[in-house]
Amino acid sequence: MSTTASTSATTSGERTRRPAEPSAFRSPAFLLRTSLARTAVELKELSRSWDALVFNVFFPIIFLFIFGSVFSGDVAPGVSFTQYFTAGMAASGVLLVSFQSLAISIAVERDDGLLKRLEGTPMPPAAYFLGKVGLVVVTGVVQMAVLLAAAHLLFDVDLPAGPQQWLTLAWVTVLGAAAGTLLGIAYSSIPRTGRSASAVTAPVVLVLQFVSGVFFVYSQLPGWMQDVAAVFPLKWMAEGFRAALLPESMAAAEPAGEWQLGLIALVLAGWTVVGLVLCRTTFRWRRRGDR
Amino acid sequence: MSSEPAVRVTDLHKHYGARRAVDGVSFDVAPGQVFALLGPNGAGKSTTVEVLEGYRARTSGEVSVLGSDPGRPTPAWRSRLGIVAQSTRDLSDLTVTEVVRQFAAFYPHPRRPEAVIEQVGLADDARTRASALSGGRRRRLDVALGIVGDPELLFLDEPTTGFDPEARREFWALVQLLAADGTTILLTTHYLDEVEVLADALAVIDGGRIVATGTPADLGGRDTAPATVRWRDAGGGWRTERTGQPAALVARLHAQLGELDGLSVHRPTLEDAYLSLLSSTGQPSEPEVS
Repeated sequence: MSTTASTSATTSGERTRRPAEPSAFRSPAFLLRTSLARTAVELKELSRSWDALVFNVFFPIIFLFIFGSVFSGDVAPGVSFTQYFTAGMAASGVLLVSFQSLAISIAVERDDGLLKRLEGTPMPPAAYFLGKVGLVVVTGVVQMAVLLAAAHLLFDVDLPAGPQQWLTLAWVTVLGAAAGTLLGIAYSSIPRTGRSASAVTAPVVLVLQFVSGVFFVYSQLPGWMQDVAAVFPLKWMAEGFRAALLPESMAAAEPAGEWQLGLIALVLAGWTVVGLVLCRTTFRWRRRGDR
Repeated sequence: MSSEPAVRVTDLHKHYGARRAVDGVSFDVAPGQVFALLGPNGAGKSTTVEVLEGYRARTSGEVSVLGSDPGRPTPAWRSRLGIVAQSTRDLSDLTVTEVVRQFAAFYPHPRRPEAVIEQVGLADDARTRASALSGGRRRRLDVALGIVGDPELLFLDEPTTGFDPEARREFWALVQLLAADGTTILLTTHYLDEVEVLADALAVIDGGRIVATGTPADLGGRDTAPATVRWRDAGGGWRTERTGQPAALVARLHAQLGELDGLSVHRPTLEDAYLSLLSSTGQPSEPEVS
């Protein structure tokens, strides 16, 4: 049963408006403007979020300081534990500022209604994700720079030996961050609420760090643990950073007897594709049951 | 152009399995009108509005919002709407100015953020973080984000729930300001005083159906319903009489007795009309999925 109410307009004056052309919302300039607005907001929010700064951005630097101060031995002649550990912390750091930071923040923003609010505006959905990418790029660069500077100045850790090693550091960072970003966006759909997001995400990253040769020398881990770690990106990122930071002589100590740079690139690119597919198929702008 | 309704809803259904959250709703909202969708909690108000906002897919029915089907939302269409959702708890670490500036960047012809902040009465709190705002002022921020894109149509979903009386009155003044500016407003509420003050037209929804439409003055025929006339007679005792012609009765009393002490004429209030509509439907409302 339904009734129709038709009532005449009571407006005093029709406003002269010029609705924007649909093409205006597809222009690169509009995407750039909205993405920059989102990036600026992301960075402001991070700068005011003490816990996210400590646990995502400065965590590897804090750990470098603790482990570097406690363990002073060498893992091989002329290669200090701290040198080896710096490669692991660089890999952890990339995973934290990409995967962990996005998985938690997006789960929270979905639960508190920000994503739904944004969905109701003309903002291009890509702008939200590019804002996250901007956040990962800025925090990733700052973190890596501070980590390497601290390791070098406080613990005499050698920086990458030459252009080749710097290049390796750069592409492993970019590919690792790309995989971590997309997997983090996808993983954000798993926590059921914003409050549980940290608890559902952080242990995964912690366990990965233990099995992937971050806290322990990878070649000394049990074989089965190495096999498990080899499925996930962190092990490959850590190996890539070892190739950038350790002397060539250390390649022989790897289980494969060499730095598997080609395979590292392939696995990280593969995870990036998996992350992209998961994002495209599973991403939700609203809480479960809101449909 | 102006004769076309801003919102036209015809036989809208939204079912969740066997539950019919919206069960055949129809109404029109004229451009420039403040239209209230009134009903108890769980009546289907928010579900209806979320279909119109482009958030929810409908089960069936015809819906047109600013000439477009909200089931296929486009950015150009969204840029002409403002949405103030039922309750929000996001944006906590940003200041009022930062949030409004951000949302201004999403629209092609935004209003000036500083002017919007001033208009919603948050100038004093421009540098306050959203998390530090009181409930009423937080709601003003929601409205600021709803109007910063200079919308033709503004949705206000239960905007004053939890307000104290003073905050509610201040909020009404804000809505009247927006309406005077020519913005079409679709308001959902369960407060009758709010409807009486703000709405040009209204529909009462209960159990997923429209049970009455009209204006606050004539809902349920209350403008022509029998009135109760009350006065004090010469001996000081109270007299009451129910009549369909109260003016005639008062004129007759005046002719007989002159000026009357304690004279009052009562039509059924909007609340009387509303409650009689709800009780006559005889089906309890179900809790709403939100």
